[in-house]
Amino acid sequence: MPVIVARGLVKKYKDTLAVDNITFSIEEGEMFGFLGPNGAGKTTTMRMIQCVSPVTSGSLEIFGMDAMSHPREIKSHLGVVPQENNLDMDFTVYENLVVFSRYFDIPRDEAERRATELLEFVHLEDKKDTMTESLSGGMKRRLILARALINRPRMLILDEPTVGLDPQARHMIWDKLRALKKQGVTVVLTSHYLDEVEKLCDRLVVMDYGKILVEGSPSQVIREYVGSGIVEAEKDPELIRCLEMKEANYEVIGELVHVYTDNPKQIAEYLTMECSISKLSARPATLEDVFLKMTGRRLRE
Amino acid sequence: MRISEYFRLPKVSSKSYAVWQRNKDVFAKDIKLNFLPPFLEPLLYLVALGFGLGRFVESIDGVPYAKFIAPALISISVMYASFFECSYGSYVRMYYQKTFDAIIATPVTIEDVIAGELLWGATRSMVNATVMIPVIALFGLIDIRYALLIIPFAFLGGLLFGAIGMCFTAVTPNIMSINYPVLLFITPMFLFSGTFFPLNALPEPIQYFAIAFLPLTHIVNGIRLIGYGTLEPVILFDLAWIVVVCAVLLLLSINLMRKRLIV
Repeated sequence: MPVIVARGLVKKYKDTLAVDNITFSIEEGEMFGFLGPNGAGKTTTMRMIQCVSPVTSGSLEIFGMDAMSHPREIKSHLGVVPQENNLDMDFTVYENLVVFSRYFDIPRDEAERRATELLEFVHLEDKKDTMTESLSGGMKRRLILARALINRPRMLILDEPTVGLDPQARHMIWDKLRALKKQGVTVVLTSHYLDEVEKLCDRLVVMDYGKILVEGSPSQVIREYVGSGIVEAEKDPELIRCLEMKEANYEVIGELVHVYTDNPKQIAEYLTMECSISKLSARPATLEDVFLKMTGRRLRE
Repeated sequence: MRISEYFRLPKVSSKSYAVWQRNKDVFAKDIKLNFLPPFLEPLLYLVALGFGLGRFVESIDGVPYAKFIAPALISISVMYASFFECSYGSYVRMYYQKTFDAIIATPVTIEDVIAGELLWGATRSMVNATVMIPVIALFGLIDIRYALLIIPFAFLGGLLFGAIGMCFTAVTPNIMSINYPVLLFITPMFLFSGTFFPLNALPEPIQYFAIAFLPLTHIVNGIRLIGYGTLEPVILFDLAWIVVVCAVLLLLSINLMRKRLIV
């Protein structure tokens, strides 16, 4: 059963089209990723799903309810981890959870029980009485995750959940997300870390300029758009001539040439033997290759 | 937005109480520090102006100068408490602390948040008045029989100044710009609303201006009548003025904030 169904979803700000007629659906219990460069429309889409930004046109149903007419009901089943830390710095770690629980009308004793449980879940029980300002970046992120779980949400929405974290902290967040997924929580996230999405998500979309460019499971998307492997070599006229002859699918990227193939070993051998190109490397294709191929390499704002 | 949309009735729910509670809890953390100003300020003003300057002032309409300014001191505190809470205070929570963003990710709507903030501003005014009453009563400067009436009156006045502050919060481009309404509106009111000298000492047009447009005039007048223990019918005029303007500005402030935050 789908928990989110978006049809022809559009979001227009004064004179910019942030989300341009996108259609997608997310199944219950799925882990779903939104990828795309800055300004692609991911965060705007997240904000519409959270019912904090009105839909300009199209339809958006969450848990079978219209996002525009049932925001309170929808929001009571959502957990949100925003891009920007917005912990309540006037309170301690523990108080943050208890104060937040009141916005959901969770009774006091139940809230205290959940707060204690959640602090254990994100390993912050020792920081219970610390003011949030003195937490490290990773701890803040973990506390925000705990806060997003205080209402036992059916769906968790995370906008760049691991931005700026060290590898240990990132792995811990991933681990927690996997545990939540196991419990049946639907997880929707945006990320710039493509390895993160590749590892975690069942399905993903790549967005750019407000549109969805690519949709599918990570392996499906990689196979479909770049093939399973990549041969990387330095740019060289002889190399280009060889590739043209072989009718290979390649791309010149600055000083590098990427050859997209399902059989990187064969291409590598061909280039070494027939064209005497020595400086090359063959590797499996990643989501990053799809991402750059589809959204281009120009720097974004 | 059409003009009528700025004054439509927002959908506010009981969830605004959770927002009020949040602010109350923060206030309670520093309760000693928060109670000090309303306790100390009237003492300083009373000593300096009431008993110092007051020695050179003849009684005003048969009332000693200290007794004349005592209700004004409460009124000024009512004005400052909620105006500052709902201008600088709300702006900091909205813009710097992102508190509102965090709250509206829950079933609480932005209308609830603003309503909670306004109610909290009014509560601050009421708390200040409540702390000041016994201090001033100790000097025998208010009629103790009616003094408790000042408390709900202070809450109403607090709502009014909270709504004024919130309207500025909704339109200010940055926190520094809140200095303009303070300088051009709040400070003149502090001086020219019948606070430290009677309104009738001013030229007639200015008197009418003050009665028509300066909210503090009506708060001072109301609290003064209660404080003197001379509840004349004219207080109903002040009350009506406050209720009407307050209702209009409450609607305006919530709709303006909605417009600012929901995009």
